[in-house]
Amino acid sequence: MPLLEIRSLSKHFFRLRAVNEVSFGVEPGELLGLIGPNGSGKTTVFNCMTGILPVTGGRVYFKGEDITDSNPDGLYHRGIARTFQLIQLFPQMTVLDNMLMAGQERKGTMLGRLLSLDETEETERALKLLEYLDLSEVKDGLAANLSYGEQKILDFGMALMSDPEVILLDEPMAGVNPTVIKRLIGYIRDLNKQGNTFVVIEHNMQVVMSLCQRIVVLSQGEKIAEGTPDEIQNNPLVMEAYFGS
Amino acid sequence: MTRRRILALLVGIAVLLLLPFGLEQYKLYLASLTLVYLMLAIGLNLTLGYAGQISLATAAMMSFGAYAVALLVPVRVPFEVALLVGALFAFLWGLALGFPALKVKHHYLAMVTLGFNLIIYLVIRNWESLTGGSFGINAIRRPAWGPLHFTSDRAYYFYILGWTVLVVASAYWILHSRWGRAFRAIRENEMRAEVVGVNLRNYKLMCFAIGSLYAGIGGALFAPLLTYIDPSAFTLDRSFQFLIMVVLGGLGRFEGPFIGAAVVTLLPEALRASEGLYLIIYSLSVILMMAFMPKGLVTFWDWMVERVSGGRPGKAKAISVEKSAAASKSK
Repeated sequence: MPLLEIRSLSKHFFRLRAVNEVSFGVEPGELLGLIGPNGSGKTTVFNCMTGILPVTGGRVYFKGEDITDSNPDGLYHRGIARTFQLIQLFPQMTVLDNMLMAGQERKGTMLGRLLSLDETEETERALKLLEYLDLSEVKDGLAANLSYGEQKILDFGMALMSDPEVILLDEPMAGVNPTVIKRLIGYIRDLNKQGNTFVVIEHNMQVVMSLCQRIVVLSQGEKIAEGTPDEIQNNPLVMEAYFGS
Repeated sequence: MTRRRILALLVGIAVLLLLPFGLEQYKLYLASLTLVYLMLAIGLNLTLGYAGQISLATAAMMSFGAYAVALLVPVRVPFEVALLVGALFAFLWGLALGFPALKVKHHYLAMVTLGFNLIIYLVIRNWESLTGGSFGINAIRRPAWGPLHFTSDRAYYFYILGWTVLVVASAYWILHSRWGRAFRAIRENEMRAEVVGVNLRNYKLMCFAIGSLYAGIGGALFAPLLTYIDPSAFTLDRSFQFLIMVVLGGLGRFEGPFIGAAVVTLLPEALRASEGLYLIIYSLSVILMMAFMPKGLVTFWDWMVERVSGGRPGKAKAISVEKSAAASKSK
């Protein structure tokens, strides 16, 4: 059974069919790529899967359970984490606070989070992750003051804080230099080897082809292909979508 | 809490304890009023400064506490019970007012809370059989614990101080807990906050409710301070006054309300000697302060703290940094 699955997902904005009857699933431990030209509906699919946007049609399933139209905070508690195409951090909070914020709602009740000031466990976890991501030295600085590449890595780290079952990465390599790309690829590969499940939207074909085990291709809101990197590279529909007829 | 902060706290408490013994009656009244306004400013700072939810209903929430005490104490309800009834009433209305915050933001939310304040003002003014309408309620009694009466101005000052300490301590706890971080996350990036598990509905409702609770407590202490209340004390102007306190003091900074409440309460008094010009001077002062210190007067406080600490960064850091240091040491 797929860990996360969408069936006939549609999202319309008035007359614009941003996503039209798209179906795919990601298996536990898989690294799935979601690609397509600009405007093909990739981020809209993510936004519908993660409760940011209500769907127009179709359903979203997580471990077989219908989670369509769930709130994003509810999906966080189920074990779905994501990053954003445009980096979404808490800019005036420190790097460490950003990480703590990403992990503090995992456990306990709201009242418990008020009554207990002890954050030893979360702090240790955040510090370990920051060390893994090579951000320890900037942990006390404001997130807004990080370089773009560091912000991307912090965004990624925040997605890991909740110990999610599936991580959706929306263009994690966009706008960063090759050094940061290499780092991010390393982290994703490393974590995937440990059993973490990823769905990655990317435009960087080298990254997608080398990283992903399976790829779904969207064009103009519809799924046009699905298969291994080799199959996708040789698919005429994919060529046409990217380069025209 | 750092050693510097603890020292500052102890000095502050000592000053506040000794203050009434050196002040004449009117100045003691001003000191008491500043403490009352501080509680209201702390509440609004939590709602607006930390959680980013604009509210122009502080005066309305204040009125719930004020009228609860004014109406219940004469019918032999103990003062503290009346205060808590008023505060709870404010808390519940704060919860109710939080629901629009789930749907609208910024200017639209300001309009909703403004409308709420207007409605409450009109209800107070027109429900004469209950509130006395424009004539108000006078002879509002101060608390008494058996033979111990807080009737004198000095005694009542200490009573207010006790509640102020409670409000400040509870606000410190809340803002330095995970709730405080969640409030700041909502203010900074609501969408990201929701994606990292923050239940926006619950946290927004609580930020309105707690801010209103503090306003209710402040109102309950305000009424016996003047020994008289009428609807004119709870108009929109009053809500704007608290907004000025919070913004002028420093939005989202714990020290902000202390500075804002003191300046907004005491500056007009200091300018009284200028007679008819004092409003102009006061308004110009506020404009200049905001022009040169847009992050609030707390900027000046930070500068002073840096100077006193010999040039080392003195700004308050995220509490998590201190905790992470403690966590690292305990490994």
